[in-house]
Amino acid sequence: MSLTELRPASHRQSPPPAPGKTKHWLYRFDTKTIPYIFISPFFILFAIFGVFPLIFNGIVALRNWRLDDPTLTGWAGLANFERLLSDEDFWNSLGNTFGIFILSTVPQLLAALIIANLLNRRLRGNTFWRIGILLPYLTPVVASTLVFAIFFARDNGLANWFLSLVGFGQETPLDWRAQKWSAWIAIATMVNWKWIGYNALLYLSAMQSIPKDVYEAAAVDGASPWRQLWQITVPMIQPVVVFTVILSTIGGLQLFNEPMMFDENPQSADGGTDHQFQTIAQLIYKVGWKDLDLGYAASMSWALFLIILVVAGINFALTRRIGGDR
Amino acid sequence: MKTYVNRAPQDTRGTWATYLGLSIVLLFSAFPVYWMFVISTSTDEAVAASPPALIPGAQFLINAQEVFTLNEVYFAASLINSVLVSTVITAATLFFCSLAGFAFAKLRFKGRNALMVVVILTLTVPNQLGIVALYIVMGKLGWNGTLLAVIAPGLVSAFGVFYMRQFIAHAVPDELVESARIDGALTMRVYWNIVLPAIRPALAVLGLLTFVMAWNDFQWPLIQLNGTDFPTSMVALSDLASGNYVIYRRVLAGAFLATVPLIVLLLIGGRQIVRGIMEGAVKS
Repeated sequence: MSLTELRPASHRQSPPPAPGKTKHWLYRFDTKTIPYIFISPFFILFAIFGVFPLIFNGIVALRNWRLDDPTLTGWAGLANFERLLSDEDFWNSLGNTFGIFILSTVPQLLAALIIANLLNRRLRGNTFWRIGILLPYLTPVVASTLVFAIFFARDNGLANWFLSLVGFGQETPLDWRAQKWSAWIAIATMVNWKWIGYNALLYLSAMQSIPKDVYEAAAVDGASPWRQLWQITVPMIQPVVVFTVILSTIGGLQLFNEPMMFDENPQSADGGTDHQFQTIAQLIYKVGWKDLDLGYAASMSWALFLIILVVAGINFALTRRIGGDR
Repeated sequence: MKTYVNRAPQDTRGTWATYLGLSIVLLFSAFPVYWMFVISTSTDEAVAASPPALIPGAQFLINAQEVFTLNEVYFAASLINSVLVSTVITAATLFFCSLAGFAFAKLRFKGRNALMVVVILTLTVPNQLGIVALYIVMGKLGWNGTLLAVIAPGLVSAFGVFYMRQFIAHAVPDELVESARIDGALTMRVYWNIVLPAIRPALAVLGLLTFVMAWNDFQWPLIQLNGTDFPTSMVALSDLASGNYVIYRRVLAGAFLATVPLIVLLLIGGRQIVRGIMEGAVKS
């Protein structure tokens, strides 16, 4: 998405006003006011339900705001934020969020690159393959996570059955939800499943806009397709790689649906018996709508916002260097 | 050692390895959905077998009927609600975003470029971070716990305006707009008679993506509708999967029923969805 596309409309003269007083008034209204009327639904709705809550959230975070006790109100200063810093649940969920984020983003984008490279060939049934890999993107996470929960079930789960097939069967079957590492892997698998095809299509679209002579004039003479991918294609689509990394960062750090539905009791928002896979977004939901402490939940959203900004910045700087060695 | 010619990948014919790779990817993509269907057609014994059933059983209607007749889940109502919510959100997004996109692409007014920059900036704002305050706003409006609260935030999207603006700038010739106005057509008529017919493909893409997103939305509808007797299908599903004793075949029958509409959309509009994503359509 670039600003270069924003070219102004033509500057040709508008037709002269039609004669007659009523006509003239109508003409003025139609050219001066109508444009604003056309854009106003978007700006009004977006201001009320998009921008305002985001700003107001900053104020709520500085106040006592409880749903169960409306009398407990007034400014709290930075009390919510201080509480946050010493809140074990918060740090735990931060660790979980990052763990799942790394386990999902890195394999996801690598797999997407390789699949995009497979699709970037002269193929029979082009559209068929592209539509096929989009099935996970359309499938509701709430529904697919229920399938994965059975796949990763302790008793008679397919995942454990596969493990036993390849010789990793344990005496007691692995309880995927019980430990951090296994729960993270299970959840990351669900995230990867959903987003690989989508990202592959983004990469494919960038790959197809690489001019063909770049390959023909490549310094790497007679490069294998594999080297071609890493030395020519990936550096050429670097802006899209940066874009997908930023998108995955914003989405991944707000992960909610998968850990919610993976829980034995999906509406508890506990993230496992010991919060072993509770993410920040889940904790915000729990604090706000189970503990009914909106002020504290708002301060957590605020903290998450800052974390996303910082991590997105770091990832931006890191991925921008792809292809710097060309 | 094998030698290679310097040829662009898109001119290289796919080998058997390419097709094998893609088939594995396809299998990986489709398996969970397929297995969802299998379990939704199975008996308890088939689900509990080791290894579990991998071919569909004959129980789908029985399982589906159980889902629909469960008392506190309101599954039938939830499907109707999801259709209602997603349809209203999609229709409003298409109308408001094409209207604004048209203004930004073809009309002249003061502050146009500055306002367009505002739209682009809001593209990057993660909405989910404002949910606590949004809940308070809905409370002031008296909408908490209603479908209105679920629908209202989805009525417009910054991405939709951006996408429509880009499309209209290319797809509608300035000459056509100008000549219609010389003939005395008002701007609204130009929008209705010239712009709308010309942007049907973009409406299809944006409409499909918006519908899918609205249908799959979970967190905000959960906050609003959990515990009411008119949930969306995602909220009803989470209800179905909660509790002390979860019956897999029943839960997955619900999951499958809530997924079918989207599979149908993919079969009908897959081409458009692929094109939309490849043109840079991203989540709003």
